[in-house]
Amino acid sequence: MVLGPVGQMLLFVIGSAIALSLLVTLLALLQIGARPDLLVRTWTILPQVIIDGLVRGFLFASIALGYTMVYGVLEFINFAHGEIFMVGGVVGAAVALLLATSGLLGAVPGLLFVLLIIAMGMLVSGTLAVTVERVAYRPLRGAPRLVPLISAIGVSLVLQDVTRLIMTSTPLGFNARFNTPDFGPPIRLFEMNLGERPVPVIISPKALIFVSAAVVMLVVLNYLVNATRLGKAIRATAQDRSTASLMGINVNQIISLTFLIGGALGGAAGALFGMYVGTVNPYMGFIPGLKAFTAAVLGGIGNITGALVGGIVLGFLEAFVASYLSLFTGGAFSGAAYADIAAFSILILILIFRPSGLLGEATTQKV
Amino acid sequence: MTPTTQSASLWERTRTALGRGPGAYVFFGLYAAICTWLLFTNPRTSLRTDIVFVLFLLLVFLIYRSATPLWFRGGLAAALLLVVMPIFGTLNPFYIDVATQAGIFVALALGLNVVVGFAGLLDLGYVAFFAVGAYLWAILSTPQISQINPAWSPVPPIMFYPFVLLGLAIGAVFGILLGLPVLRLRGDYLAIVTLGFGEVIRVLANNLDRPINITNGSQGIREIERPPLILTSFIRDTLGWNLSDSQLYQQFFYFVVLLIVIFTVVVVSRLKNSRIGRAWEAIREDETAAVAQGIPRVRMKLMAFAVGASFAGAMGVVFASKQLFINPPTFDLLRSINILAMVILGGMGSIPGVILGAVIVTLLDLQILPRMATVLRDAQRAGVPIPAAFDPTQYQRLLFGILLVLMMIFRPQGILPDERRSEELHAGDEPPSEEEAPPAARPAAESA
Repeated sequence: MVLGPVGQMLLFVIGSAIALSLLVTLLALLQIGARPDLLVRTWTILPQVIIDGLVRGFLFASIALGYTMVYGVLEFINFAHGEIFMVGGVVGAAVALLLATSGLLGAVPGLLFVLLIIAMGMLVSGTLAVTVERVAYRPLRGAPRLVPLISAIGVSLVLQDVTRLIMTSTPLGFNARFNTPDFGPPIRLFEMNLGERPVPVIISPKALIFVSAAVVMLVVLNYLVNATRLGKAIRATAQDRSTASLMGINVNQIISLTFLIGGALGGAAGALFGMYVGTVNPYMGFIPGLKAFTAAVLGGIGNITGALVGGIVLGFLEAFVASYLSLFTGGAFSGAAYADIAAFSILILILIFRPSGLLGEATTQKV
Repeated sequence: MTPTTQSASLWERTRTALGRGPGAYVFFGLYAAICTWLLFTNPRTSLRTDIVFVLFLLLVFLIYRSATPLWFRGGLAAALLLVVMPIFGTLNPFYIDVATQAGIFVALALGLNVVVGFAGLLDLGYVAFFAVGAYLWAILSTPQISQINPAWSPVPPIMFYPFVLLGLAIGAVFGILLGLPVLRLRGDYLAIVTLGFGEVIRVLANNLDRPINITNGSQGIREIERPPLILTSFIRDTLGWNLSDSQLYQQFFYFVVLLIVIFTVVVVSRLKNSRIGRAWEAIREDETAAVAQGIPRVRMKLMAFAVGASFAGAMGVVFASKQLFINPPTFDLLRSINILAMVILGGMGSIPGVILGAVIVTLLDLQILPRMATVLRDAQRAGVPIPAAFDPTQYQRLLFGILLVLMMIFRPQGILPDERRSEELHAGDEPPSEEEAPPAARPAAESA
C-alpha cells in the first residue's frame, strides 16, 4: 500500500515482464546446442510479446474485477459475467454503427467516441447485471451453493441467444464489423535489431487507449472500494452480511451496487475490446469470461488487487504460449490453439494446489 | 418428510388408482391399442403423428411407473418397445431415430445423474467422456489409425461389441483421471474445473492433427465402421420383409441402445439402493458428517466419477458408430449443458425423473423445435410479422437457459423429485436468513 495503486500495478507489470524474459531466455539456452539461432530469434520478438501480454492482461483484469467483486460479497460465481462483457461490446458496436449511418462518425473526435462507447457500455451492462441479479439470483439466495450457479449458467445461455436474436434482426448482423474514428497508424516504439533483419516493435493506438482506460478504471475502483464510505459498506457486507445489516447497511442495496459496478466495468471493457478488435459477436464473451475467472482465481478470488495480478500473469502466460510454443517446439504445435489449453490448465492447477490464489489467504471451511 | 407437494400427491393418487382393480388393465390395454393403431395407419411425419408419438412414449413411461403387477408391466412394455416401435420404424425412419437418440441421452443423463444427483458433484464437462468413447472407436475402426502409425491397421467391424465394453472401461479411467485432482474442491469450483476439462478435451480433439494426426482435427473422422448386420437373411428371407441396409442399421442401433439403456437403468437403480449409493448420498448431504461416520470419501467420489463416466464412454462408441461421422463441435459445452438440463428438469437423483427429463429434452430438441420452425414459417408466409431470422431450431441455448433458470427458481428438485434430494433442496444446507428464503421453499421447509 506504500506504493499506491499505480505503483503497485507498475510493479506487477515489470515483475511479470522480467519473469517472462528470464523464462524464455532459459528455454532458449536449453536448446542452444541444437539450434544456435534460437536465442536471437527469441529476443527479437520478446518486446512485442510483452506488449501483447500486457494488453491481454488488462483485458482479463478488467473482466476479472466483476467476478471478484461479486464473489467477495456473495461467494457466488457469476457465470453470466462473460456475457455482460459481451453485451458491452455489442452496445459499443451499435453506437458506432448508429454514428456511421447518421454520417457523424467522421465528425466525432476520437476521444469523445471512446468516452461515448464506454459510457453506453457501462450503462447498459451495469443495468443488465443488476436486473439479472434481481430476477435470477436474489430469489435463490440462501439455497445450496449449486442452485444459483446453475441459474447463472442458464442466464448466460439466455443472454447469448437473446443478443443473437437482437443482432440478427437489426443491421448489426451476427458478426458485427464496424468502423471507428481513425486513431492514426500503429505507433512504432523502436526496432529490435539483433543481427538479422530489424523487427519493429509496434503498439496500436487502440491498444494504448484500451490499456490506459483499464488502468484508470482499476485506479478508480481501488479508490472507491478502499477510501469511500460506500467502499467501506461493500467491504463490511463482504465480511459478514448479517453483522453489516445490523450496522445499518442496506445489504440488498450494496449487493445490487456490487453487481452494478462489476457489470459496468465489464461493459466498459467489452466496449473497448470491441473497438480494439473491430468486430463483435454474441458468443465472444464466453472464453474471455472463463479466462477472466481463471485470472480472478489465480490472483485470489474476492481480492481486487488479486484480480489485477491474476489478469496480468495470465495475459503474459497466454502471450508466451501463443508466440513461443511453435518456436520452441520447432513448429510442431500451433501456439494460438494451445493458449486456451494453457489457461484452463492453469485454472485446474491453481484450484488444486492453491485454491486461495496467489494473494489470497488460505481459509478453513467452517463446519 | 412425506411427499407434500401437490403434484406428488396427485401423482400418488393417480398411481394407486391405476394400480387397483381391472381399470388399470383396461386403461393401459386400450391406450396401447389406440396408439399402435394410430401409428400404424398413419405413419407419415406430421404434427398429428408427433403428438401420437409423444403419447406413445408417455404410455411407456406410465407403464414403467404404474403399480400394476410386474408381468403386466414387463409384457406390455416389451410389446411396445420390442414389437410396435420397430415395426413403426420400418414405416417411418424419422421417429425410430428420435427414439434411438432419446435412448442415447437417457443413458448419458443417467450417468451424469450418478455424479450430479447421487454424489452432488456438479460436472459441466461430462461430454468429454462421451467424446473419449466416440473418438476411441472412430480412430481405431477407420484408416485414421494408420495416420498415427502406418504399421497399424483398423480393427475389424465385429470388434464393435468388445469396444463397447472397452468404452466403458476407458470412460471409467478418464473419470478417475478427472476425479483425482478435483477431489478436494468445493462444489462451485468443481463445476468450473470440470468445465475447463471438457473444453481442454474438445480443444485437444480440434488440434491433435499436428504434429501427429491423431484426431484429424476440425475435419472430424468420416466413414466410421458399423458392426456387421445380424439376422439379415432371417428378416429378408424368412419373414419376407424387404428392408434396406440403412433401415436394418436403424433397427440394429435401436435395439443396441435399448439394451444399454435397460442395463444402465438396472445398474443405476441397484447402485442407488446399495451401500455405495447411500454413501454417495451421505457425502452429498454433509461431507464432514459422512467422513466422521467412516465413509471413505476419496474412494466413493472417485467411484461416482468412474461410474458416471463409464456410461458416457460406452455410449460414445455406439454414438460414433451410429452417426458414421464425428467432429469436435459435436462435443461442445452446449451438449454438456443439454445433458445437465435433462437431469435438472427431471429431478437430480431421481431415476424415473431423469429418464423423463432426457426424453422430454430430446423431443424438444429433435421434434418440437423443428415443428415450431415449420409452423412459424407457415405463419410468416400467411403474413404474421415474425422476424425472418428467427428459427427456433437455432435457439436451443435460449430454451435450455430459460429452462435452467426457471427450474432453479420454481422447482429445483425437478418434475419427479427424489424424496431425499428434495428435502435437501428445500431445507437448504445453510439456514436461509429471514427475508431471503426463496418463496417456493417456504411451505416445504416449515412442514419438514
